[in-house]
Amino acid sequence: MKEGYELIYKRPGTLTDRRMSYCPGCFHSTIHKFMMEIVEEMDIQDKTVGVCPVGCSVFAYHYLDIDMQEAAHGRAAAVATGIKRVLPDRIVFSYQGDGDLAAIGTAETLHACNRGENFTFIFINNGIYGMTGGQMAPTTLDGQITSTCPYGRDVDTAGMPLKMAEIISTFEKVAYVERVSCNTPANARKAKRAIKKAFEYQMEGLGTTFIEVASNCPSNWKLTPEESLKWLEEKVFPYYPLDVFRDVKKLKKEE
Amino acid sequence: MAELKLMKGNEALAEAAIRAGMQAYFGYPITPQSEVIEYLAVQEPNHNYVLIQAESELAAVNMLYGAGGAGARVMTTTSSPGFTLMQEGISYMACAEIPCVLVNVVRGGPGLGTIQPSQGDYFQAVKGGGHGDYHLIVLGPNSVQEMVDHIFLAFELADKYLTPVMLLADGATGQMMEKVMMPQPKEYKPDKPWATTGKTKDRERNILTSLFIQSEDMEQRNLKLQAKYKKILANEIRYEEYMTEDAEFIIVAYGLSSRIVKNVVLQGRKDGLKLGLFRPITLWPYPWDKIGKLAAEDRVKFFMSVEMNAGQMVEDVKLAVCGKKPVFFFGRLGGIVPTPEETYEAIKEKIKE
Ligand SMILES: Cc1ncc(C[n+]2csc(CCOP(=O)(O)OP(=O)(O)O)c2C)c(N)n1
Ligand code: SF4
Ligand SMILES: [Mg+2]
Repeated sequence: MKEGYELIYKRPGTLTDRRMSYCPGCFHSTIHKFMMEIVEEMDIQDKTVGVCPVGCSVFAYHYLDIDMQEAAHGRAAAVATGIKRVLPDRIVFSYQGDGDLAAIGTAETLHACNRGENFTFIFINNGIYGMTGGQMAPTTLDGQITSTCPYGRDVDTAGMPLKMAEIISTFEKVAYVERVSCNTPANARKAKRAIKKAFEYQMEGLGTTFIEVASNCPSNWKLTPEESLKWLEEKVFPYYPLDVFRDVKKLKKEE
Repeated sequence: MAELKLMKGNEALAEAAIRAGMQAYFGYPITPQSEVIEYLAVQEPNHNYVLIQAESELAAVNMLYGAGGAGARVMTTTSSPGFTLMQEGISYMACAEIPCVLVNVVRGGPGLGTIQPSQGDYFQAVKGGGHGDYHLIVLGPNSVQEMVDHIFLAFELADKYLTPVMLLADGATGQMMEKVMMPQPKEYKPDKPWATTGKTKDRERNILTSLFIQSEDMEQRNLKLQAKYKKILANEIRYEEYMTEDAEFIIVAYGLSSRIVKNVVLQGRKDGLKLGLFRPITLWPYPWDKIGKLAAEDRVKFFMSVEMNAGQMVEDVKLAVCGKKPVFFFGRLGGIVPTPEETYEAIKEKIKE
């Protein structure tokens, strides 16, 4: 450190040096950084085990300097269940896209939540299949154009975009559900706080914790990173509001 | 202490898994093997294994992946339609080198089929089933005692070779009651430095994956797997021979059908026919060489594979015999167990020809 300088920000030591494969402006990298900052702050690197899915974040284990298992498409919740049940004192998370968690893996997701599996879901909802090049996701908005709904999502045939945070919040054994975003510094800070809270609840053994990130995909939305933030504010948040949908600690107080 | 017990195949295998140090079981009910999870559920309070009745076989096998990858001794059991659902996870575990034990108590198929015993899943078990170039070690128990012994063996082989190991049983072996010597519990001390238990300061992070996006890396992983399979082929072939020393007609059978054939061999000998039974115990690696050697003997006139399917293992017998002698097949389908009488008739007919 040069004299006269003060270190106020650095890359967390829990991120590897490898350059991320994510597109510029994509929240995947932001959330990776937050998670690893939290692991460093809470000093839980030796206790954390992650599960990465099939999707753009299939390479997450290149960047996160923790033990990880790569799961089959949609099965991250089952894999995380297996890990957490045999290592109950570790902090376990699954990190999943919307195709992964809410289409091919819906059954695994719902049942893990219903059992109250004591791990944390980090759910990156970008309304699209990023990795495979921009096809319709279960969360694609009404009328939104993707490569498999080139005339816009037709909700009469494709159904409504799934509101996973709201659905998960109805499960009694789920401890915490929040939808966050990273479109502004304030929201980004909230997102980090939510993830930290989820890890803390998990350490207290309170049940499933579920953080949905209303995320972006500039590349497949065919927008600049900045335009993607506008899209979030104008189109995504009205349908997917940022909120805490369940917090057992608050529920207990109210009782 | 080892104990002599009278037990149903499925329950005996569940008890054996407990005694072999199983730490986690994930499964989904399906006839004819639901007794396994039921037995484990009753015994759960007396032990400290993890037990989950999963929402599907797909979920069960992926829980197996997670728990096995975290270093636990893990097992799942199912029957044919369920085993089909598990193929995804099996392919992933074979590639990610996660040890686990899988049991298929086979019923008649295809489709929903019947709940009666069958050997219709032989191809699926020994030739792949999931995608990609991989093999499982496949054991073919033919008695309640072997259900037990093979469970111990399967856990050991899985850990030794870091690979999924399966028991290819059948509905009858799962359901029947027999006398069984239950070995004394084995203390299991896992030594799995590769497991994802949390990265400590003294080591690099552990990653379990089957993703190798660069073809060169994928080829390397494949070569690693193939080298392992070669070792397994060299070291782990198991079989039983019964009256083959002087046999002229060699009947090849595994699992339940091998027991029927044993009776037929005895009957044949009484009638002056030199029958012999060759029973593969490992179905992969298959005892091709051993059968090939028998085929080279002048006295041996033909081989016949007796199976509870339309003729699956007979392809391996042909591969082993390699044209040296005729290879015939006799089998019943759809969950029907061939009787000794009809099997004997089929053999005699070929002898007459
Ligand atoms: C069984 C299976 N089906 C399909 C695929 C192809 N596939 C890979 S990623 C993906 C979609 C990923 O989308 P999402 O989960 O939303 O993640 P994102 O890339 O948007 O972060 C699909 C369909 C696969 N790998 N496995
Ligand atoms: S394709 Fe989309 S989700 Fe994937 S890294 Fe690029 S911007 Fe992010
Ligand atoms: Mg997506």
